[in-house]
Amino acid sequence: MEAPKELRYSQEHEWVLVEEDNLATIGITDYAQDQLGDVVFVELPESDTQLTQDEPFGVVESVKAVSDIYAPVSGTVKEANTELLNTPETINEDPYGDAWLVQVEMNAPEELDALMTAEEYERFVEEEQESADE
Amino acid sequence: MTAKRTPLYQVHRSLGARMIEFGGWQMPVQYAGILAEHRAVRTQGGLFDLSHMGEVEIAGPRAYEVCQELFVTDIARIQTVQAQYSVMCFADGGIVDDVIIYRLAEERYLVCVNAANRTTDYEWMVEYNRDRAEVIDRSDEYALIALQGPQAQTVLSRLTPHDLSAIRRYWAVQGEVAGVPTLLARTGYTGEDGFELFVPAERAEHIWQACGEAGRTANLVPVGLGARDTLRLEAGYLLYGNDIDARTTPLEAGLQRLVHFEAGPFVGSEALRKQQANGIEKQLVGIKMEGAGIPRQGYTIWSGQESQRQVGMVTSGTQSPMLGVGIALGYVSPSCADSGTPLAIAIRNRRIPATVVKPPFYRRSKSK
Repeated sequence: MEAPKELRYSQEHEWVLVEEDNLATIGITDYAQDQLGDVVFVELPESDTQLTQDEPFGVVESVKAVSDIYAPVSGTVKEANTELLNTPETINEDPYGDAWLVQVEMNAPEELDALMTAEEYERFVEEEQESADE
Repeated sequence: MTAKRTPLYQVHRSLGARMIEFGGWQMPVQYAGILAEHRAVRTQGGLFDLSHMGEVEIAGPRAYEVCQELFVTDIARIQTVQAQYSVMCFADGGIVDDVIIYRLAEERYLVCVNAANRTTDYEWMVEYNRDRAEVIDRSDEYALIALQGPQAQTVLSRLTPHDLSAIRRYWAVQGEVAGVPTLLARTGYTGEDGFELFVPAERAEHIWQACGEAGRTANLVPVGLGARDTLRLEAGYLLYGNDIDARTTPLEAGLQRLVHFEAGPFVGSEALRKQQANGIEKQLVGIKMEGAGIPRQGYTIWSGQESQRQVGMVTSGTQSPMLGVGIALGYVSPSCADSGTPLAIAIRNRRIPATVVKPPFYRRSKSK
């Protein structure tokens, strides 16, 4: 499993990349896409939608399952990656790159403090896998 | 209760399969990925471990009589060694299980049953047998390996002296594969040509590896239950527990062709005759999405996008890997069951347009 150092991670397996001006790009992690399997459908919010931290804002469907995507931070959607609607498989192929889901203008950047670093996320996933194996 | 392991469990682990529990068994849900496995079966070939399925033998001079009472189908029409898809019903017409009956010999039938129903089926058969025939649960003796796809015959022909082209669909031979006594049946649950091999459980790994070796040049891949489900749904095959169960009858499920009243009476025939006379209240149909969205089990079906009239429920659904659209099976009011009827499926908080179609959703090309 890959977890780039520059990102922050949520317990629901979303990643956040923070850029200038409170802009945050959000996607799902490599671990999440691997657990889902082949992604065949994506539903994303429209621009100007208000996201609330820990609330679902979109849906990813694999062949077998429907999964909500939870907002790792609160804010206003500036842009959604509508390319994914036609090529949902990008989520499996490039979860940290071309498969970003939305770009959000954060209204509470301090929420980032509740997210995990790459190292913490890797440990979190290991623990989750161990408990799944029991 | 811990889930059981098939004789191929270690093989699946070493192939890196993701395992899930299904019908009380630990089974591979996927190896390389559901879509890749699905496409491999449609274009080349796939190898499936179906050893979780149960096998019950019904034998003896009165085996025919017992089978005729247990199953809705005319048993006399099944020749040696022919296979017949059928169902067992409860007295009220609800379905106990769907099965394939193989007539191994004049007075010997092998009934392949669903994994989750193995015990209930066996007990049901024993109860109705009333000591007339021998009813033996052979499930632990057999492993079941399926080889499915356009390359199936080519691959299997490398492992057996039999002329496979002489085995017609839904026929079988008792022979040998890789030197091991095998019931080779030209049956399957994928919509492709292919074979199901009933082999001694202790030789399962040998046969699996032999098939893998023989299939290497044909790009034969192992296929898990994930793709098995999308393949069967594209082919329009029903899944017990989803599309049929004790609360559905063969008439409602569109299985009239299997029901031969004149051969009966069988368990449930009286109830089914009555239902046929009175008419059914729900009918299984194929549904194809006209808008973006994937129908799933339990989603409600409506008579239109704006309609307040719920007309049914989805029992199986997926995104068809070959067609790239959502497909489903579900029960609707008979007034909405004609092909071409526009419907809508509630997906989250939207109604997505859909149309009734006659399965199969995907048909293999017959050109060879």
